[in-house]
Amino acid sequence: MSALLELTNITKTYPGVIANENISLSVTKGEIVALLGENGAGKSTLVKAVFGLVRPDSGEIRIKGDLISAGDTAAAIEHGVGMVHQHFQLVPVMSVTENIILGDEPRKGIFIDKKKAREEVVALSKRYGLEVDPDAIVEDLPVGMQQRIEILKALRKDVDLLILDEPTAVLTPQEIEELLGVIKNLASAGVGVLFITHKLREVMAVADRVVVLRNGKTAGATTPKETNEEGLAQLMVGRNVVLQVDKSDAVKQGIVLSIRDLQANDDRKHTAVDGFSLDVHAGEIMGIAGVEGNGQRELVEAICGMRPRLMGSVLVDGLETPDMQPHKVHRMGISHIPEDREKHGLVASYSIEDNLVLNQFDQPPFANGWIRNSNALEQNANTLVEEFDIRTPSIKTTAGALSGGNKQKVVVARELSQNTKVVVAAQPTRGVDVGSIEFIHKQLVSARDHGAAVLLVSAELDEILSLSDRIAVMFGGKIVAILDGKDADRAKIGRMMAGLAS
Amino acid sequence: MRSRWLMFAITFIAILYFYMRDSLVTTSVIGTAITFGLPLAMAAMVGIMCERTGIVNIGIEGTLLVSSFVGFFTASASGNLILGLISAVAMGAISGLLLSLLAVTWKMDQIIAGTIINILATGLTSFFYKQGHTIPSTFPEVDIPGLSSIPFFGPVLFMHGPLTYAGIILIFVLWVALYKTPWGLRSRAVGEHPSSADTAGVSVIKLRYLNVAIAGAFGGLAGAYLTLELVGSWDRGFSAGKGFTALALMIFGRWNPIGALGAAIFFGTAQAVTNQLMITQVVTIPQQFTNMLPYVLTILILAISAGKVRAPAAEGQPYEKEQA
Amino acid sequence: MKYLRSWLLPAIALLVAFAVGALMMKIQGANPFIAYKSLFTSAFGSSAGIAKTLGKATPLIISGLAVTICLRAGLFNIGVQGQLLAGALASAWAGYAIKGLPTIIHLPLALLFGVFFGALTGIIAGALKAFRGVHEVITTIMLNSIVLQLGEYLAYGPFKEPGQQLARTPEVLNSAKIPQIFGMPLGFFLGVALAVIAWWVFKTTTSGFRMETVGRNKSAAWYAGISVKRSILISMFVGGALAGLGGAIETLGVVGRYEPAFNGGIGFDGITIALLGRANPLAVIPGSILFGGMRGAGASMQFTAGVSPDIIDLILAIVLFLVTAPLIGKMIKSIRDTEQITTGGWGN
Repeated sequence: MSALLELTNITKTYPGVIANENISLSVTKGEIVALLGENGAGKSTLVKAVFGLVRPDSGEIRIKGDLISAGDTAAAIEHGVGMVHQHFQLVPVMSVTENIILGDEPRKGIFIDKKKAREEVVALSKRYGLEVDPDAIVEDLPVGMQQRIEILKALRKDVDLLILDEPTAVLTPQEIEELLGVIKNLASAGVGVLFITHKLREVMAVADRVVVLRNGKTAGATTPKETNEEGLAQLMVGRNVVLQVDKSDAVKQGIVLSIRDLQANDDRKHTAVDGFSLDVHAGEIMGIAGVEGNGQRELVEAICGMRPRLMGSVLVDGLETPDMQPHKVHRMGISHIPEDREKHGLVASYSIEDNLVLNQFDQPPFANGWIRNSNALEQNANTLVEEFDIRTPSIKTTAGALSGGNKQKVVVARELSQNTKVVVAAQPTRGVDVGSIEFIHKQLVSARDHGAAVLLVSAELDEILSLSDRIAVMFGGKIVAILDGKDADRAKIGRMMAGLAS
Repeated sequence: MRSRWLMFAITFIAILYFYMRDSLVTTSVIGTAITFGLPLAMAAMVGIMCERTGIVNIGIEGTLLVSSFVGFFTASASGNLILGLISAVAMGAISGLLLSLLAVTWKMDQIIAGTIINILATGLTSFFYKQGHTIPSTFPEVDIPGLSSIPFFGPVLFMHGPLTYAGIILIFVLWVALYKTPWGLRSRAVGEHPSSADTAGVSVIKLRYLNVAIAGAFGGLAGAYLTLELVGSWDRGFSAGKGFTALALMIFGRWNPIGALGAAIFFGTAQAVTNQLMITQVVTIPQQFTNMLPYVLTILILAISAGKVRAPAAEGQPYEKEQA
Repeated sequence: MKYLRSWLLPAIALLVAFAVGALMMKIQGANPFIAYKSLFTSAFGSSAGIAKTLGKATPLIISGLAVTICLRAGLFNIGVQGQLLAGALASAWAGYAIKGLPTIIHLPLALLFGVFFGALTGIIAGALKAFRGVHEVITTIMLNSIVLQLGEYLAYGPFKEPGQQLARTPEVLNSAKIPQIFGMPLGFFLGVALAVIAWWVFKTTTSGFRMETVGRNKSAAWYAGISVKRSILISMFVGGALAGLGGAIETLGVVGRYEPAFNGGIGFDGITIALLGRANPLAVIPGSILFGGMRGAGASMQFTAGVSPDIIDLILAIVLFLVTAPLIGKMIKSIRDTEQITTGGWGN
């Protein structure tokens, strides 16, 4: 029998970027194929092409031997392809049942047969042992539960090929174990699985075969038996290094940033930061480890004056910072590399020059009173583009035209160039290429060496482990433990992140 | 929303009170309220259908204007009301397709797209407008046998022209369709989170085109109602801001057809009561101030409800398939 | 290249619109060549014609600016008409009712009345947007109708000229009338100066940068310490003030009193002019001169070619359509516009 999925020479380019270049790949029945690669290696683009969400420029997609025309989601679904997306494809205001039946609703005449739909969901959840409440509204559910709905949605139509795009990014270690178990069960029941991840451990645990992508090209194909984590890492990064940051020991000085009993809500008015207290010293990097959605985002925003503090205070050098006034907090010495750089960090249609002074455009030397000083702007931009290695044709280029890594460098340059006392970096390397990651890491260490207190929040445990002098593990809006960076144990932190050990 | 229930309760008690005081006048006032409110409710349905699938339609005003224009002059030239009705509905659908083209295919800013429709409609109608044309008659009143003799409800609900019945029925049909059928579920999903509909095999683009076109046709029906059943003539600026008031009613009714219908009838009642007070000279307000009433009410309604209600989440954003 | 592009698109749009207009005239049985010829000779062919054109252009420049400034700040102020009427009404009252002042005080005072009431009308919509999240497009349209009715009421009632059959206010006193210099309307130069000032403010000042940042990315503006609410209030205030000034100039320089028939269409032309100029304050000037010429000479077209001046409404609508829809850019790839005008969306 021919392969379930057969990709031949898939190529997809975006303006200025080659996302996929001549990639070929196959999955057979009952096989788990891991697609491994770094952020930006082209994994998501490739599987979206399979599912018809991206139209490749050239190449062939065959499912069960049939040629599938580019960009035809319905055809992919018809051929038994199910996909669990990296970003949940759920309608937040609708019920679990409505979300699962969407697109193929059981009918009674011209109406939806709601009773039958509900029964179907209950049966589905029993069959795969994934328990859900069919009547719950999706936006009220925790992330792990939403993922479960995504998987059920994908499995509903007797799927032969299941694609999972980074399904573990938002899960606790326990939930990950559970998910890997589900994947194995499905494979033994004959389903082909294409599993995308950048986590080596998961690959080693479940994959039958591994295909590694790097910069849009196939960097190699192997099996877990033939290789080990180091070998995979080398294929993935293309160099004989695992991201290890060169840094000297911290020269810890006095406390600069002091967070006391901080409390804040998330957007849905549920408690997200729940009595958080932490002291960060000058000259150290304090890493916040935790599974995403445990209040990290709200913590960062509350510290930086972008989210109401319901209780507690944030002090810089003993002075209380104001609530909900981000620029005043900034003036008091807290620099902020925001998680969502497109939304908060940059104005896409502004030039790099303007973006580099976005939060100090009205301060000297960039403005003399009411008048902006274009010479100072240019000088500042030229210096920072050089110093922070921002790859751009000109300082007048709009920020929106830059690559993800260079956009982030603009934000980092602006925030770190201001000689601040505290640097709050939220997911500073998300969606950024390897070269830029290394550069940004170096800049954070250099800020520390110049005496700044750095608070690093990241969902990547490896990033936390390689950069932090101390690590605070966050769970349920609170600090579970504070560990020394040197003797932090990955497994132990993993348990703490899941709220298990103390 | 407590303010909403309060409003309905007040309206209901007021009607009851006045009915006991003077049944004849109250019946006629409420009948008038439906006459005033229905075109607004129908226009609000245009907004609901579009926005539920994620397209902001600020060009309802233009749809009303151009479809009533075409309906009137077709009826006038052919002497046939049905032909006028058909051409008005067709014109409405065309204006909907134009909005789809601008907003869905070309991904223009939807507010500007709607404004263009309004300005084009104004330009076209004022250029082609000819004075002195008439239609033979308006759509005649059809009393529903039996039902129309019920006191109060008979004259209020069952003594209207055919387009009134069609409008009211279609509003309920839309309500049922939106919440009970696959089409409704998909439409709402597209308006809330289009990529999740797309990944479930629902074509976002097709559904948006379809719904905006149907909505436009509905707007055409509203335009036909205004000119061929209610007024019987056409003049420059005929729609008089109803398309914008409709948007306010849509928001106040929380994008729900029945909610918007209720808001429209409340709106119509306010106007009908004012008219009645003027006629009986209980109060003397300059004509201009009663003319102002719908506009002031629109602003007030928005000031009360905006910000508290939740609009369809994907509204106003063009769908980019590849960012799914 | 980019410079050329920014001119080419509106130019093509105008050409196509004129062509469509010609077609419409043909359908009506008129001769489009005679019509256009008389349109342009009467608008630009003589010094008297030019003076008239510039006079017509004056309120257009100012209302175009009122839209442009708000667009830059992310607001779609389509209520210029109402703000203009408020300004016209207030300046007319100040012009006839306040007596015994010398021109040097009376004229600025009357202008100020117009500015103030225009700004007041604008800031109602601004406040509803900033504090209640009500979209400005609906409120400004509603305010247009409200002000129109209010003006009618005042012109029929309290402000009515005694002993006059028509509904209109008394004529403004000579001390409040805008004088002309060498046959050229003084207001025109004021309009040009304002356009240049607006351009300079956005180019070089921190206030301009603040407004524009809010217009382009509200979240980033908030992160950078710019008050979004304040920016909304300021831009609607300034937009309304400018529109009010436009109404006052028209009243004190041309009409001489307030009448319900006051040409509120100026406000809608301002929208087209602002979008035609891609929200660039300087581009408002040529756009206004062109539109002013067409508006001023519309009547002559009817006289010589028998074409209804309403054709100009239609031509302008087509221009607007072509300029904002990416239609031309789709057909001619090399002039595709990368930057689309946006209004900052719905409900926020």
